[in-house]
Amino acid sequence: MSFHPLMEYDRAKFQKSARHTVPEGPPFALTPERRAQLDEIVTKYPPDRKRSAVLAALYLVQEQQGYLTANGMRHIAPLLDMTPAEVDDVATYYVMFHKAPVGKYVLQVCRTLSCALNGAERVTEALSEKLGIGIGETDPSGMFTLVEFECLGACDRAPVVMVNNELWHECLRPEDAGQLVDAIKAKGAAVFSGCHLEVER
Amino acid sequence: MDPILTKYIREPNSYTLDFSVKHGAYEGLKKALAMKPNDVIELVKASGLRGRGGAGFPTGMKWQFVLKDTPLPKYIACNADESEPGTFKDHVLMERNPHSLFEGCLIGSWAIGAKVAYIYIRGEFYHVQQIMEAELAKAYARGYVGKNIMGSDFHCDIVLHRGAGAYEAGEETALIESLEGKRAQPRIKPPFPAVSGLYNCPTAVNNVETLCNLPPIVLNGAEWFAKLGPEKNGGPKLFCVSGHVKKPGVFEASMHTTLRQLIYDYAGGIRDGHQLKAVIPGGSSVPILLPDQLDVAASFDDVVKAGSMLGSAGIIVMDETTCMVWLARNLLYFYKHESCGKCTPCREGSDWLYKILTRIENGEGVMRDIDLLVSVGGNIVGKTLCAFGDAAATPALTTVKHFRQEFEDHIREGRCTLPAEWRATRMTTAHAH
Ligand SMILES: Cc1cc2nc3c(=O)[nH]c(=O)nc-3n(C[C@H](O)[C@H](O)[C@H](O)COP(=O)(O)O)c2cc1C
Ligand code: SF4
Ligand code: FES
Repeated sequence: MSFHPLMEYDRAKFQKSARHTVPEGPPFALTPERRAQLDEIVTKYPPDRKRSAVLAALYLVQEQQGYLTANGMRHIAPLLDMTPAEVDDVATYYVMFHKAPVGKYVLQVCRTLSCALNGAERVTEALSEKLGIGIGETDPSGMFTLVEFECLGACDRAPVVMVNNELWHECLRPEDAGQLVDAIKAKGAAVFSGCHLEVER
Repeated sequence: MDPILTKYIREPNSYTLDFSVKHGAYEGLKKALAMKPNDVIELVKASGLRGRGGAGFPTGMKWQFVLKDTPLPKYIACNADESEPGTFKDHVLMERNPHSLFEGCLIGSWAIGAKVAYIYIRGEFYHVQQIMEAELAKAYARGYVGKNIMGSDFHCDIVLHRGAGAYEAGEETALIESLEGKRAQPRIKPPFPAVSGLYNCPTAVNNVETLCNLPPIVLNGAEWFAKLGPEKNGGPKLFCVSGHVKKPGVFEASMHTTLRQLIYDYAGGIRDGHQLKAVIPGGSSVPILLPDQLDVAASFDDVVKAGSMLGSAGIIVMDETTCMVWLARNLLYFYKHESCGKCTPCREGSDWLYKILTRIENGEGVMRDIDLLVSVGGNIVGKTLCAFGDAAATPALTTVKHFRQEFEDHIREGRCTLPAEWRATRMTTAHAH
């Protein structure tokens, strides 16, 4: 039986649930500086609407321990008048939160149309070959995680790679992808091109 | 037309407060504060300014719907989520001309009576937000934002709110949900945000480019603005051209300009030795136009007459090396990934379309799959909570409509018949699942 008369019904292929669960992780508390930052952010919203700061709070947790854990979310929930389940509900919706440990450099290659038309698939392929890992995986040294991302809003500089949610590398040609990995290993984040507007400035 | 919104973006300091004020920033606000709020709304109505976020809804009218007689606070929510594939104009405005956005937010707040304007900026634009935070702090320090703005008795705060990666957060009610600290999933309308939006208070949701148009309207008048473009499509417009063109980029032009001019004159035409095959004129959500349909003005109304939509003015250009089955599959992956999951036709349908396209692209399709695409797509359109559903079905429906032959070839030959050299060599790397 199927919902659509012509659609085959196949548990493995069509009905697979993709529920993400977040690991417990070690005990967690925000550092005093980050806690102060959060307290400041909360004041930007009406007093009975602290919850509005939940994305900001999750960014702080992620900044502190690299990814989100159930303990981290339990820590921020009462600060925002939320239940841990409500925080989990939000955190698992947004793609910029890591729900498992990631490498030092998370290479997020835009795969959407304009980037793909300019070779993004080959970029991903080259990075995957160079690092010896598949999409969503971290290399054995723990330095790189390879992820595909959706349109980053800079399609004129395709293909675009966002690194760690903050750094950008634009116009990455497939033939240069391998060299980029070597350059990061040698010189760190300094090798990223940044956003072209930033560069022109 | 000389650029208005992007006039100074090539200057190294265009984003700073000093530079902006020297070149007229906050003059429009000053003039607006000397007017009655209602007169500002009337002025914007007379200018015919239409929302630049995608729908092209008249901004003045939207503001007029904002409930007036209510004890509740009112809000401006600026939509800086810019996630429609192929669109990158708000990015430029915010990074190079942030004070015009702040000024626009304040004019809007004055007009509708808001005391806070939230700018919801997509999480990926972290570098942009850093610049904006610094500039906003300067504007506060100099009395352009905050208490007693420019010596008046008008108080208004501007808050930058960082999203966290969700296309659907660009839909206005989903944006409000996200601002409230929830999943970015749309609400049922009505009530519209103008009546009950952020924190259940009257809220005007406006796109970045829309708000940036306000200072010049206030300064130069409604008639000046309306005359810059065709009837009902006045003002300057930012166009984003990307894909297989020689000089991709953001171009400011009047909506008299034709799509062909934008592609050939502004963006330099198709990359060397190739021919134009298809154009998506308004971000990935709108139907394809063919090369012989491009001699239309790139205005909200004319592009509709040509059979598509101007949408977010993200013009994506494809040359003859582009396989249309591959293209539909690329976009359907985006839509199935970004569907918020609230309604079944969109959540399941986008995934089904993706899976059917995958098997056709892999050479495992059967002829009836083509009609299946049309059937599944047709069962999404118009049956969902927000316009995302229509957008998700469009890439499948429009490619089948214009390029049915390519689908048949794939199925008959059992392989992709147009594997371009810029595509992945193995299906396993690029979005295999
Ligand atoms: C799925 C979906 C995504 C949207 N994404 C955006 C967006 O990224 N930016 C934007 O300004 N408007 C977006 N919109 C349009 C908004 O819902 C809304 O119409 C717009 O922000 C109103 O502002 P405007 O009148 O100034 O255009 C989106 C709409 C839908 C249905
Ligand atoms: S149409 Fe799609 S994105 Fe919009 S509410 Fe329904 S499931 Fe969510
Ligand atoms: S498609 Fe990659 S940035 Fe838009």
